[in-house]
Amino acid sequence: MNPRPDPAPTTPRTIYDKIVDAHTVRRIDERHLLLYVDRHILNEYTSPQAFSGLREHNRRVHRPASTLAIVDHVNPTAAQRVRAIADPQAAAQVDYVERNCQDFGIELIGLLDSRQGIEHVVCPEQGLVSPGMVIACGDSHTTTYGAFGALGFGIGTSDVEHVLATQTVVYERLRNMRVRFDGTLPPGVTAKDLVMTVIRAIGVAGATGFAVEFAGSATDRLDVAGRMTLCNMIVEAGARGAVMAPDARVCDYLKDRPKAPRGALWSQATAAWANLRSDAGAVFERDLAFDVAAVAPLVTWGTSPDQAVGITDSVPDPAAEPDPARRASIVRALAYMGLEPGTPMRSVAIDRAFIGSCTNGRLEDLRAAAGIVAGRKVAPHVRAMVVPGSSQVRREAEQEGLDRIFVAAGFEWRQSGCSMCLAMNGDVLGAGERCASSTNRNFEGRQGRAGRTHLMSPAMVAAAAVAGHLVDVRDLAREVP
Amino acid sequence: MRPYTTCTGTGVPLLQANLDTDVIMPKQFLKGIDRQGLARGLFYDLRYDASGVEQADFVLNQPEYRNASFLVVGPNFGCGSSREHAVWGLLQYGIRALIGTGFASIFRDNCFNNGLLPIALPADLHARIATLCARPPRNLLTVDLVSQTVTLSDHSRLPFRIDDMYRENLLHGRDAIAATLRYSAEIAAFEDRHWNRSPWLKPGT
Ligand code: SF4
Repeated sequence: MNPRPDPAPTTPRTIYDKIVDAHTVRRIDERHLLLYVDRHILNEYTSPQAFSGLREHNRRVHRPASTLAIVDHVNPTAAQRVRAIADPQAAAQVDYVERNCQDFGIELIGLLDSRQGIEHVVCPEQGLVSPGMVIACGDSHTTTYGAFGALGFGIGTSDVEHVLATQTVVYERLRNMRVRFDGTLPPGVTAKDLVMTVIRAIGVAGATGFAVEFAGSATDRLDVAGRMTLCNMIVEAGARGAVMAPDARVCDYLKDRPKAPRGALWSQATAAWANLRSDAGAVFERDLAFDVAAVAPLVTWGTSPDQAVGITDSVPDPAAEPDPARRASIVRALAYMGLEPGTPMRSVAIDRAFIGSCTNGRLEDLRAAAGIVAGRKVAPHVRAMVVPGSSQVRREAEQEGLDRIFVAAGFEWRQSGCSMCLAMNGDVLGAGERCASSTNRNFEGRQGRAGRTHLMSPAMVAAAAVAGHLVDVRDLAREVP
Repeated sequence: MRPYTTCTGTGVPLLQANLDTDVIMPKQFLKGIDRQGLARGLFYDLRYDASGVEQADFVLNQPEYRNASFLVVGPNFGCGSSREHAVWGLLQYGIRALIGTGFASIFRDNCFNNGLLPIALPADLHARIATLCARPPRNLLTVDLVSQTVTLSDHSRLPFRIDDMYRENLLHGRDAIAATLRYSAEIAAFEDRHWNRSPWLKPGT
């Protein structure tokens, strides 16, 4: 694709373009610019080789104060939290990130820290994210911060090293896409269903090369947690950035959080944030609109996040797919998932239920799930887990009594972390096990070799755990237990 | 990074769409603190069965496709997780270039940062290479970064384009961090302006 030129200063610009312009240190060539990174988030599994690279070259960290490290991917989530980790490799990663943070003067939220949790849950919670910021992290779901009008994006370990050493990244300007949601969200339909609707509509490469701005009346009515779900998961359509115009809800969310600006700075900041809007007439090369009234709770049937249908639909028939490559994908996915064409999704029995992840591990998600679970029991053949997105989410949920609701129903109430979202830590699906999951990736083997993942909203996972099979949460919500 | 100029070897068709980095390098291989030992992890669940025995039907395990230098891949190869381990594993296995129609963007950056060429071709040229690679021993290819061409076993030469900056970096095995550190003074001056304009962005305020 041709490079995208910088927009002329006089032309109307999008939020995305304004943020990129405000962070351009210099142009490198007609395609690349040097982009300044306001905050850099590290985790234990994509940072070790970056630090080793710095050590080998005797390089320092350019702005340790702009950097925060969090242990979240490899730590166990057993109910009792201890510093020792039985898996020697995981323990070595946790040790090495501790040592690196100490040697390079970087703040670490370690395993026993009261703020520990999944990086994309913790950073907003700590008020580290501000509208207009550029945030980089060695993790693809860094797009989450778009919910605040910040440009977050994932980078590989080489670029983690580059940001550590220079506080910049070599960057190519993306194209602008807008996704509007209008209308009234039906009961039982959540932000997760909205973003899955977009991914299904445009495909898993549909937003490659784009930054996506979410807009529209239904988007504006979403709470900040729902907005994070949208911006988080749009990376599954290939988007390397997401943004939304920050509004009063965002300010209310951030006010008085530990790392948010205070006093005079707060007033100055909020005044600037109010202007962080796409100009009238700004051009979006792709502009999509959805009426949310038509959205149903979605579930995936395949091994790619765009392979999804409404819960009242059935497993698709590959024979009906005219394109041979897509037909082959469907056949392969159904074989892996152990599903027959035409099977109603609601009849698919599950073995496991998982509520958690940076997509849906926030307090609002746990409340929605607990609302379904209250007064009901997990089906006897199902092992169900709740892994709060952070220690703070866990504490707040306990203050509300959500833990007791989950435990009474038969869920495991665990410590925070990524857990079975990517299954690096010992929380793993067995071969052939089928899981209703509030996570973001249903790839082959993602939650465990030969494990079968169905993505859906946390309330839908809760409903499936109770029913023992995939089920329409709206049916359960109608009955009083 | 070692310089890249030209490489001759065999190409393997692996055309499944949306091959994600979880499949390229499964989670159990992400736990190192160095880059070692990743050749074994490459496509682990496709190459080996649950007991660690090679699966004969997987293309890389077939005799005529062993010791491959190039993979001819399907659309959106490398989607999903940002794990650079996927690229390290491909290189350690011996793969020097990927020939596809389009790559996921974090993965593409990771390729360039490590000297693995992600070559994106128009569908018709891609299909020609895929067809030849499905007929060993006609799957011998030469990828030349200087002339930006792929030479096939029928002697035809197909052009590709690699972004100029990355091409220069790869040809000379350049250290991207050293290149940026030349602008240190500009970065510091930028920080002054940036924090003056938006003081709440300054860390620790
Ligand atoms: S919860 Fe899952 S998607 Fe999110 S950062 Fe952790 S592993 Fe990645």
